[in-house]
Amino acid sequence: MFFWIVQRDLLLAVRRRSDVLTTLFFFIIVVSLFPLSVGPEMNMLRTMAPGVVWVAALLASMLSLGRLFASDYLDGTLEQMLLSPHSLPFLVLGKALAHWLVSGVPLVMMAPVLGIQYDLPLDALFVLTLSLMLGTPVLSLIGAIGAGLTLGLRGSGVLVSLLVLPLYIPVLIFGAGAVEANMAGVEFDAHLSLLGAFLLVSIVFAPWAAAASLRVSME
Amino acid sequence: MAINWYKYASPASFYTLAGKMVPFFAIIAFGLLIAGLYIGFFVAPTDFQQGEAYRIIFIHVPAAWMSMFLYVVMAFWAGIGLAFNTRLSSMMATAIAPTGALFTFLALWTGSLWGKPMWGTWWVWDARLTSELILLFLYIGFMSLQAAIDDPRRADKAGAIIALVGVINIPIIYFSVQWWNTLHQGASVSVTQAPTMAATMLTGMMVMVFASWMYSIAVILKRVRVIILERESHTTWVAELREKGAL
Amino acid sequence: MFQGTNLACVRGDRKLFESISFKLEAGGLMQVNGPNGSGKTSLLRILCGLSSPGMGIISWNDVAIGTLGSEYFRELTYIGHLSGTKDDLTALENLRISSALAGQKISDKQAQDALTYMGLRGRESLPAKVLSQGQRRRVALARLLVCKTKLWILDEPLAALDVSAVKLMQALLEQHLKQEGMVIMTTHQDIDVTAASTIQLQLA
Repeated sequence: MFFWIVQRDLLLAVRRRSDVLTTLFFFIIVVSLFPLSVGPEMNMLRTMAPGVVWVAALLASMLSLGRLFASDYLDGTLEQMLLSPHSLPFLVLGKALAHWLVSGVPLVMMAPVLGIQYDLPLDALFVLTLSLMLGTPVLSLIGAIGAGLTLGLRGSGVLVSLLVLPLYIPVLIFGAGAVEANMAGVEFDAHLSLLGAFLLVSIVFAPWAAAASLRVSME
Repeated sequence: MAINWYKYASPASFYTLAGKMVPFFAIIAFGLLIAGLYIGFFVAPTDFQQGEAYRIIFIHVPAAWMSMFLYVVMAFWAGIGLAFNTRLSSMMATAIAPTGALFTFLALWTGSLWGKPMWGTWWVWDARLTSELILLFLYIGFMSLQAAIDDPRRADKAGAIIALVGVINIPIIYFSVQWWNTLHQGASVSVTQAPTMAATMLTGMMVMVFASWMYSIAVILKRVRVIILERESHTTWVAELREKGAL
Repeated sequence: MFQGTNLACVRGDRKLFESISFKLEAGGLMQVNGPNGSGKTSLLRILCGLSSPGMGIISWNDVAIGTLGSEYFRELTYIGHLSGTKDDLTALENLRISSALAGQKISDKQAQDALTYMGLRGRESLPAKVLSQGQRRRVALARLLVCKTKLWILDEPLAALDVSAVKLMQALLEQHLKQEGMVIMTTHQDIDVTAASTIQLQLA
């Protein structure tokens, strides 16, 4: 069933390709705004790059959270998921995986290109991509809780950011930290291990909390 | 005399009980506040390193402690409300949030006031101050979520989930910020690390901590009473109160 | 046996209904009647286990549905106001996916047959967004043909259906009831379904 739901969400994303592209372009535009606002001085841009790319990834992934449950909520599919004999946390995990494949992976693949804009050295580009690879699924998983809680509320888009962004902070710190450590010539394994640990913990707990929040919101 | 605790789990009887308790705690809070401020500002000696500016700890430290403690208490009541479907526990959680946010804000404000003479700047990205700021965000998230939901039952449960997720995350966030702070070599001097703490300083601070406690209890009970009235406005016991002119 | 005891529902300050009790045996039909806003949909959602009643107990074969959990969902098919059809999926995909979600994997052939029965032959591979309201409803109802559940809870199943589709539904319901199934439904249209036992539940 897990793969069914992933497959279904991917199929829906393929039928609505423009949604995927808007998130990606949002990411690109936000990252490109910074040199315009602080000036094209390469040394400064290089030190800023990990932070800027990571914050932009946070915002882009948060922006796409609205799509996670909203359309299923509006057409009644979510009701059917709640009444499914399959385990709801598993379904949520499937949806979060699909959400990451559709909105997270394009960001990961685009990140090296944007890093070049900021004149990052080759190995820093590699660490940046790796850290995003480990970190962005955590964003989708934690975001699922926020998306579930704000389902069908007025102004849910802004509300979800208030709920979710503070919870994203550890991922941001260690994600950007890994790249900075690499650029400073320090070991970055610890950062990546911690990101991996966050990923494991959120795979275990977040679907469960998100399932609970969906049940609360659908009452 | 055995107290029947279950009786007070019902909003109607808790309303009366809380009404009797509020003045009691309020008076104690006021007395302790006067005593604590007197000790803090007149009795406690001047610190030989930090001069008079250190006296802000009499407000800053209790506020910072309360801010963190109240979040845990809030999550506890919210969790009880979610697990056992007890309405009163959820109302307690809702009532605690504004007081917790207030103390968090107070801790940030006094921390910033203290920073000016010590570091020469109003804001330093010190690990404690940063964590306190994130805590304020968590409180604001909880309150905005509850405010956005019309159905009180859904608001209670949704708030409980975000409070519990928050309480699990607080240690992780705190640890991350610590790590981040040491990496970036930020200012690591902290308000609580006054090198020599005179006995009177400690006394003053503890009195202020108790004053904050009593104040929190009084205000939270008062707020719970308001929430109970609002939610139970359609019931007969509220109507009876109204007829008796007690409202 | 499906049983509700002393059910009540409160929305905000307002009591929608209280002390509702019923006992539905195998082969039984329960029609829930009442004007708009009397809580018909709320009652059906409570019976499904989507929301919890303000008071009272719902039991399936003498076990509370809350403790049964997914065991209960395995016996239940609910079709609500929102039919759960995805605009971007074809009728065939919709049926196959919604059945799989309900724990009943079906082959292309089975789905094809069900859609044909519901009068959608030739429209199987059209995306649902180009179908009319009534046709989308038929896609949703086609799930009843392929599911093997005992208890059907249907919220206004006949809304937007034309005369021929109503006839199809009537036959489908009667067949289900004959095979010891149970049906709980709301409807504003007149429909004459013969059942071993029929309960009329009136909400104020």
